[in-house]
Amino acid sequence: MISEVWIALYIAVLAAFTGYTVIGRVPSLLHTPLMSGSNFIHGIVLVGAMVVLGTATTTTEQILGFIAVVMGAMNVTGGYVVTERILQMFDRSKPKKGG
Amino acid sequence: MFTLPGTDIANVVYIAMVILFIVALQRLSDPKGARTGILWAGTGMLLAVLVTFLLPGMGNFGLIALGIVIGGLIGYAAAIRVKMTAMPQMVAAYNGMGGGAAAGIAAVVLVPGGLAAGIASLSIAGGLIGAVSFAGSIIAFLKLQGWMRQRPIVFPLQQPFNLVVIGAAVVAGALTIIWGGPAWLLPLFFVLALGFGFLMTLPIGGADMPVVISMFNALTGVAVAMDGFALTNYAMVIAGTLVGAAGSLLTLLMARAMNRSIGNVVFGAFGATEEEGTAIQGALKPIEASDAAVLLSYASKVIIAPGYGLAVAQAQGKVRELADLLEKKGVSVKFAIHPVAGRMPGHMNVLLAEAGVSYDKLFDRDEINPEFASADVVLVIGANDVVNPAARRQGSPLYGMPILDVDAAKNVIVLKRGSGKGFAGIENDLFYRDNARMLYGDAQDSLAKLVQELKRL
Repeated sequence: MISEVWIALYIAVLAAFTGYTVIGRVPSLLHTPLMSGSNFIHGIVLVGAMVVLGTATTTTEQILGFIAVVMGAMNVTGGYVVTERILQMFDRSKPKKGG
Repeated sequence: MFTLPGTDIANVVYIAMVILFIVALQRLSDPKGARTGILWAGTGMLLAVLVTFLLPGMGNFGLIALGIVIGGLIGYAAAIRVKMTAMPQMVAAYNGMGGGAAAGIAAVVLVPGGLAAGIASLSIAGGLIGAVSFAGSIIAFLKLQGWMRQRPIVFPLQQPFNLVVIGAAVVAGALTIIWGGPAWLLPLFFVLALGFGFLMTLPIGGADMPVVISMFNALTGVAVAMDGFALTNYAMVIAGTLVGAAGSLLTLLMARAMNRSIGNVVFGAFGATEEEGTAIQGALKPIEASDAAVLLSYASKVIIAPGYGLAVAQAQGKVRELADLLEKKGVSVKFAIHPVAGRMPGHMNVLLAEAGVSYDKLFDRDEINPEFASADVVLVIGANDVVNPAARRQGSPLYGMPILDVDAAKNVIVLKRGSGKGFAGIENDLFYRDNARMLYGDAQDSLAKLVQELKRL
């Protein structure tokens, strides 16, 4: 059996190419929202923080895990709101082209 | 430990999340779909967080919920209040939080000790990168927020010293993997990693911050992926790697827009050294608002080149009023947007869009540059380095940076707060040119005066 870390590595290689290709032709106008949006996406770190806090047993682990959850949650909510606010700006001025 | 067996439901949700994230990234890089992009990503995130609660073996639910509520409220409250002009440092701050969380996860995994070498190595890597990203982002935030000197902070033997710090962090990390102790080794590792993050960001000037924030964004992605390996959480591996790859590309694109290499940004201490020789000939020639208004109203083609000063003065609305007024008088008005006008690529577009300036009046550098020669008046509002012709002169620290060729216009009116230097700390040749006039004052006030005078004409 191949170990799970190796499977994860295969997946990571594919994900890296996906990330690179998917944003390949981004105009400079969208650099800021894209950076902010990808900033939100790595907020998935919250899931990891939840798992380590959820399985933490000692007090040290719980304290560290709790800090990680708080910071992860800030990453998620802050990242979302900032991105949403930036994109809102774009939307309002846009000439209506069928929605 | 710390790795939980996924249930079928959890895996289905995580896979759906991955799809949503990829579609979101794709949408975010296309003007038509950008707005919905973040909705897709948000849906994916919400589902993933909810299903994580249901994983078998989870406990401490009260603590988790409390942490999410506290972090969520702080994150929301700060993000909803911040002004559009302060967005760049908010991105830095939230990116730092992500990096800190990644470092925290690594710490929790490493604290009990006795890990297999593979898992320990991945956690150390995640912890190192996460801590560097956290500390660096905090410095970036403090500098952009103005709570810290924006100029590069340099001291003798800085680069060798930084190299020693990161080297020591790597050694401490390696020893942790091999020996698994003593107890002070892991804290020392994190202190060194955080120290390196602080130190490496100190010598970077404010003008380069967007590139650096983007780099830390990519690094946080990588740290999250590393943690994902250690926890065998494929959702984290994929999302982290996506951001790592997309963020790296974005960093390169941004650096290219400023004609700087990443190495130069990180190690260059840009603007720290003063340019030698080549004293600028000529004098600054001030102009009154009334004269400037006359000049504008008799022009047939006006190009406005806004910069960060416009944003600081919150004068986006006023500039729109001015443009509307001129157009009513039959003057053609266009906006020249430098890729890095404002503090981040695309930042100025956002600010002008906020004020209601229509998209089709905004032109990027390559489109507008050939038009300056035929412009009667160019209005430079709070922009400095991006219109500095010194960028064409070899030996200038700005040399090679793509600029707006505003000096080609018949008249250039520069709205500026005072006679200080730009963000990069370099004198601007443009202001001394024969066709340039300086209209001193806060951009908001100056524009209001111009509007008033124009209405009178």
